[in-house]
Amino acid sequence: MRKTLFGLLAATGLAFATSASAQDIVIAVAGPMTGSNATVGEQFRRGAEMAVADLNAQGGVLGRKLRLEIGDDACDPKQAVAVANQLASKKVVFVAGHYCSGSSIPASEVYAEEGILQISPGSTNPVLTERGAKFKNVFRVCGRDDQQGVIGADFVMEKFKGKVVAIVHDKSQYGKGLADFAKARLNDKGVKEVMYEGVNVGDKDFSALISRMKQAKVEAVYFGGYHTEAGLIARQAKDQSLNIALIGGDALFNNEFGAIAGPASDTGYVTFDADPRQNPIAQQIVAKFKAQGHDPEGYTLYTYAAIQIFAQAAAQKKSIKLNDLIAAMQSTKFSTMLGEISFDAKGDVTSPAYRVYNWKGGKFEYAM
Amino acid sequence: MEYFLQQTINGITLGAVYGLIAIGYTMVYGIVGMINFAHGEIYMIGAFVAVIVFTLLGMMGVTWVPAAVLIVLVTSMLFTAAYGWAVERIAYRPLRGSFRLAPLISAIGMSIFLQNYVQLLQGARVKSIQPVVTGAIPLIETGHFQVAVTYIQILIIVLTVLLMIGFSLLITRTRFGRAQRACEQDQTMAALLGIDVDRTISMTFMIGAILAAVAGVMVTLYYGVVDFFIGFQAGLKAFAAAVLGGIGSLPGAMLGGFLIGLVEAYWSAYFSIEYKDIATFSILILVLIFRPTGLLGRPDVEKV
Repeated sequence: MRKTLFGLLAATGLAFATSASAQDIVIAVAGPMTGSNATVGEQFRRGAEMAVADLNAQGGVLGRKLRLEIGDDACDPKQAVAVANQLASKKVVFVAGHYCSGSSIPASEVYAEEGILQISPGSTNPVLTERGAKFKNVFRVCGRDDQQGVIGADFVMEKFKGKVVAIVHDKSQYGKGLADFAKARLNDKGVKEVMYEGVNVGDKDFSALISRMKQAKVEAVYFGGYHTEAGLIARQAKDQSLNIALIGGDALFNNEFGAIAGPASDTGYVTFDADPRQNPIAQQIVAKFKAQGHDPEGYTLYTYAAIQIFAQAAAQKKSIKLNDLIAAMQSTKFSTMLGEISFDAKGDVTSPAYRVYNWKGGKFEYAM
Repeated sequence: MEYFLQQTINGITLGAVYGLIAIGYTMVYGIVGMINFAHGEIYMIGAFVAVIVFTLLGMMGVTWVPAAVLIVLVTSMLFTAAYGWAVERIAYRPLRGSFRLAPLISAIGMSIFLQNYVQLLQGARVKSIQPVVTGAIPLIETGHFQVAVTYIQILIIVLTVLLMIGFSLLITRTRFGRAQRACEQDQTMAALLGIDVDRTISMTFMIGAILAAVAGVMVTLYYGVVDFFIGFQAGLKAFAAAVLGGIGSLPGAMLGGFLIGLVEAYWSAYFSIEYKDIATFSILILVLIFRPTGLLGRPDVEKV
């Protein structure tokens, strides 16, 4: 008897506590909120918070408010799986995440099993969407490394024609994958690199690598990896008075790369999708971010767009069931902060638009 | 040949930093017989203080580099000395005389605590500063390869060598050094002869922390980048250096530091950079198989 009474009490208590939010739709943003890629995690979080606030201000999704959970994977694959499980236990219906491909891919296994829609704002490794029907729930709003690696390699061959090229990667799923796509393209076109080396994520000393490049008379480096190591390599090359151009992928596209590389960053080139901050449609949001004192750089607006897409898909089918969402995603042209977006059957965007940027005077400018 | 020389310079610079941190490990082990796993974190705090003070000085308009470096060094030493003292007082002294593993566990806890403390206080992002000391001196210039040593590399090497000399003198020639060595040999006997053992141990922790602060400041100048996690990796390498040289032996720690720095540089120079850590630790294991007490360590003599 006492047990039932207690249970009853607990049940009513719980009902009271959650009655305000039981109607909410729970979604999540997941990425590296801590660790050396925390700057990108912050972009994710800000983009997601702004999107949720804007949608709620317009009355939410299907008349229900959105509630945002934040997951921190620190770009660690093990932690990513733990975070994914945690989010699943919170009955999340949609995750905008993760960032590092090495985190997104293992986490997507959990989302696939639990029937959660995943849209990655920034994981570019092709494997993410190449694993067949079990992973119908996985989408991304960015391009792929087999696209940007080719564009980066073509840029190297055009801009640094006949120069000595080295390829360096950070051994991560993203970094090595990207470097290998660039290498394949270069080798196909008859350019052979003098050096192909892997470095450790978290290392600070690259002096031995730089001396080795100096010995090999390297003039251009294609780097597959994240901004911290790229910035350090550029900076230490300058210290050893080795003038190299550093060409990298989307992970270098943030202001912290410039801060770490210091004056050496002017020879940094980066492939990234078209910068959404310049879209006419995004101007109002950009101004709103700037009013709060933040530059919506890198993947901020990509995260915003991922949540917009979820909201539009749900509104279209009047449902937040996974199968309805997937059906909507595969058939609709969404209008987002990134412009018009539609997805192919794998879950990739149909028209990725990689551009090459150069870091000049404190910001990235189109180089090509 | 020129290339070899350049890699030697790189390796010695790296080794100097490892050596400075390794001294802290070895000294503490010598006097209290425990591994102070929080020592890497003290080094990390030294580097953070350096970044903060450099930024402040930049804002205040102190642009004369030698003055700025000196101010940063002194501030960083004061802070880390305070941390070194507090860590010993809070986490280790209450456990002295407890079973052997207790302070070790406490040290690991302290290390995790300090890492998270800095992460919460300073944020998880990488902190960077603009280059402070720039420029290099070309040593040998052949058509093929130019050997250059940067000012900051010179600063690191010179400062390390000076500190090591000064430090050896401190241990061998001064009253404190005598007390320190006495405590190493027999704390009860040292106490009976009027040495304040607690104070000597506290001082040892503070000196180790001060040397780690120097390493932290130098690394900040050298790489310009600091995050809350650097203490772990550097600490691990420095600990390996201390063990390689023979834990408890001061010249051993310095030798071990330089050796590990050089092995890393040479391996990266002639073999695959990917495997440099594997190479370093393989050598450590090999040395320990053939000389379990490290290169310069004295074997524990079992008294019957």
